Amino acid sequence: MSEAASIPRAPAPLAAAGAGGRENRRRWHIIWGAGVLAFVLLWQFGESYAGWAFDIPRGWRIPMQRWISDAMRWLVEEASFGLFTFTDLTRFLAAMVEAPYRLVLGLLSTGILDGRGSAAVQLLPPLSWLAVTGVAMLMGHYAGGRRLALLVGGCFAFLAVFGQWASAMVTLASILIAVPVGVVGGLLLGLAAFRWRMFDRALRPVLDLMQTVPVFAYLVPILFLFGFGPTSAVVATIIYALPPMTRISLLALRAVPEEAHELGRMTGCSRRQMTWRILVPSARPGLMVGVNQVIMLSLNMVIIASMIGAGGLGFDVLAALRRLDIGAGIEAGLAIVALAIALDRLSQAFADRRPEHGAEDAQRKGLLARHPYTVAGCLLVLVTALAGLVAAPVQAYPKALQLSTGSVGSDIVGWINVNFFDQIEAVKNALLLNVLVPAKRFLAGLPWLGVSGLLGLLGWRLGGWRLALLVTVLASLIAFTGQWEKAMVTVYLCGISVVIACMIGIPVGILASTRERVWKGVELVIDTLQTLPSFVYLMPAVMLFRVGDFTAMIAVVAYAVAPAIRYTAHGLRQVNPQLLEAGIVSGATPWQLMTKIRLRLALPEILLGINQTIMLALSMLVITALVGTRDLGQEVYIALTKADTGRGLVAGLAVAFIAIIADRLIAAAAERSRQRLGLDDTAGGRS
Amino acid sequence: MTSSLQQGQRPAAAAPATKLECRSVWKLFGAGAEGYPVDGPNAADSGRLARAGLVGAVRDVNLGVREGEIFVIMGLSGSGKSTLVRCLSRLVEPTHGEILFNGENLLAASPKRMIEIRRHHMGMVFQHFALLPHLTVLGNVAFPLEVQGVGRTEREARARQMISLVGLEGREGFFPRELSGGQQQRVGIARSLAVEPELWFLDEPFSALDPLIRREMQDEFIRLQSVLRKTIVFITHDFDEAIRLADRIAIMKDGAVVQVGTPEDLVLRPANDYVAEFTRGVARAKVIRAGSLMEAGSAPAGAPTVDEGAPIADAASFFAGGLQEIGVRARDGRVFGRLTRDAVVTVMMQG
Repeated sequence: MSEAASIPRAPAPLAAAGAGGRENRRRWHIIWGAGVLAFVLLWQFGESYAGWAFDIPRGWRIPMQRWISDAMRWLVEEASFGLFTFTDLTRFLAAMVEAPYRLVLGLLSTGILDGRGSAAVQLLPPLSWLAVTGVAMLMGHYAGGRRLALLVGGCFAFLAVFGQWASAMVTLASILIAVPVGVVGGLLLGLAAFRWRMFDRALRPVLDLMQTVPVFAYLVPILFLFGFGPTSAVVATIIYALPPMTRISLLALRAVPEEAHELGRMTGCSRRQMTWRILVPSARPGLMVGVNQVIMLSLNMVIIASMIGAGGLGFDVLAALRRLDIGAGIEAGLAIVALAIALDRLSQAFADRRPEHGAEDAQRKGLLARHPYTVAGCLLVLVTALAGLVAAPVQAYPKALQLSTGSVGSDIVGWINVNFFDQIEAVKNALLLNVLVPAKRFLAGLPWLGVSGLLGLLGWRLGGWRLALLVTVLASLIAFTGQWEKAMVTVYLCGISVVIACMIGIPVGILASTRERVWKGVELVIDTLQTLPSFVYLMPAVMLFRVGDFTAMIAVVAYAVAPAIRYTAHGLRQVNPQLLEAGIVSGATPWQLMTKIRLRLALPEILLGINQTIMLALSMLVITALVGTRDLGQEVYIALTKADTGRGLVAGLAVAFIAIIADRLIAAAAERSRQRLGLDDTAGGRS
Repeated sequence: MTSSLQQGQRPAAAAPATKLECRSVWKLFGAGAEGYPVDGPNAADSGRLARAGLVGAVRDVNLGVREGEIFVIMGLSGSGKSTLVRCLSRLVEPTHGEILFNGENLLAASPKRMIEIRRHHMGMVFQHFALLPHLTVLGNVAFPLEVQGVGRTEREARARQMISLVGLEGREGFFPRELSGGQQQRVGIARSLAVEPELWFLDEPFSALDPLIRREMQDEFIRLQSVLRKTIVFITHDFDEAIRLADRIAIMKDGAVVQVGTPEDLVLRPANDYVAEFTRGVARAKVIRAGSLMEAGSAPAGAPTVDEGAPIADAASFFAGGLQEIGVRARDGRVFGRLTRDAVVTVMMQG
């Protein structure tokens, strides 16, 4: 196969680069000039002649919201598959999720109950906090040795000591249900897409949309279909975690070397053997990365899903936010951080684990020798359960020993606010008045027609007419569904946050790229930042800056800065060292090396980092609706509180469209610059 | 005498049964490959193919692999040798032609029959080893048997035999990434032998190894074949390797077979300049074998003897001590000819 692939094709015509290229560039200058001129004319003088270009008349609007709401109502009230109705189906699904969820929740938190509500009788107490911590530590020791065991143990002990145990276990229960379903479901979808190209093609746009629609928007229809409660929260979490797992599975399966397929065929594997004995095991390292992703995304979603009744730590944060109870919010937030770190490091260690032959030698020497960890875990559970019957502190961490940072947190914030209030206010007001408000006014005043047109032009330049069409249609759709104004607020907040995140992230990335020690530290920080659920970022921002656009911006920047740093540093670090050596022997100064070689070559990677930053900023922006922005996020949030599916989905889709427009344009730009660099590569010595 | 010599040394004369035969096999890539008139005039012309928008990875190949021989397919990268071996095992579906395995056309075999044939009659060694990372050495070697549904005790017993055959005893519990490249390929070899195949494909098995290890593995391969006597199709891009191992060599260029012959044939009678270019750097003494240079008859009593298959270069060392004649052994150990100093010196002088 490889032989055939390596047979050179007819060389591509490269000659077009010369005079034709210059001609081409001049043509583009003219096109751009004309486009921008038309845009400015429309913007400055168009309002009186063509008001519809600024504000779509009501009669023109597509009543998307009503359509969706009607469709939902029809689904819930009338849709039927003959034998059973749609509602029966959702109830069935809910029951499928509910039963294992109740069991796990019982084990971790409530105990096994008989009966419901207040009449419930506890048959068995839940697992003791010592047992859960111990089992987690055993898993840590198994996967990553003593250090990981201590880290995981520390995180769980933190939960117990600071009185967050009960909530944390509720959150953990949701994750324990959502993750296996998400992983298996994603793997199966990935396998299906791997086998059938048609399925892959049909799935791709759905995945794109699912990953860009903000999480809040998921919640509305799920609330509608599954009702308020932990079950629908778990369903939402599963749906949220499926697309990335599907994608990663597909990637991992595609990366299985051709020889492995050939091995399977030469040994006469059946289709099933091929899938489960060769493909899936060979793709295991990649799949484990997916599992880690699913766990972290599930945690993020379970926290957010507290809005539709997930309970647990997310609910605590939400309640604290609503009461502005800073101390409680910090504690719950820190508990989320502890849980996130423990889960992330554990799953990563499992992903990195490689089998060693020592394990094989221990075979057939009795139960204990073969499964020491399982045996120890079972023993621990048994002993703590028995001891818990007589000694209460073993069963539940004693209240008297609990610590609370509550007052400390409030005190610190109070102290900052008392002593630095003026300075903080001054910074905040200066930024608000000089940057945020003007930018908002500027964007809000732009005509949708002009913006769509310019975006289309950009799309045409970067990726041809298909991209132009996609971008223009999506932008117009936002306008025609009546979301333009709010979308512009989203764009403005997102845009400013991204600019600030890049202003911080790219220099940090540049600094870190050449200094190994700095990079180690920075990497640790951004790794940790990225494991934290988005909700957590709201707390400190609100404490210092209260509610409003500025607060939202701070939270978004904090959440979205990590990819800007990571991709910049990564792009700079992977520049071909030979090119750098070529630069050095040509006598380039470090500054010249950076600006003339490294940054040029890392540009595509940096663009991808900016793209990621935008995606994260958008997803965070929606969540900042909780601190009082007036954008699409707020629209979704309001829809959520009113259970108005149409309104929520339309606003959510508008956010998704913005994300898709940004993503496609930047991806096209990165691709173009990479191609250009690829062509330049041979002539790279010239500079 | 001569005929028995010929038979012992070269299967060419009174050939044993043909194990695998391919008749005008084509593999074309590109749209409309099926419709290309392969039996038309000048069909294999690369210019014609290019105009039809096709790439001829394998063009009109006719070969016969005989029972018990090492048949090497040699070519540079892009010559189509890997595609050809995949056509032979039907990992790649040829566009046209017939592939007869024990007289049965593989291209007409049902998927079920193919699974059957591959499970029991074929083995393959891959360039990059293709070991399953989650299985131990034992698990990897037993894998083909496991796929067939052979019980655990039996397949592990067989796998252990194969592992000791390739000299990896004591490593049964290791995982592939804990082994060196050479050891990994030994596992690959053991695995492909576990089903006791009649036909053994080796696709550049030693190309990914360091030169020293490669040499060692070639010796190992020669030793294995002297025990096993399999019918082997061996792919390589290394002409020296081909000469060392092959009973017969097919040289490929641009998807077509340029010449098929014994190493001696290729060196002494290259079909065209392309083959001559390959063989130019090859020392005659390393290719010409004692059996072809000897005079039939008996050797002086007490003279040392060499194997009839030994290259002249190996036999030459005996003459360093001043001997004038040495004996030549047939495969059964009988001395049936003698090699004279003059003949050897003449060959050595030719370079």
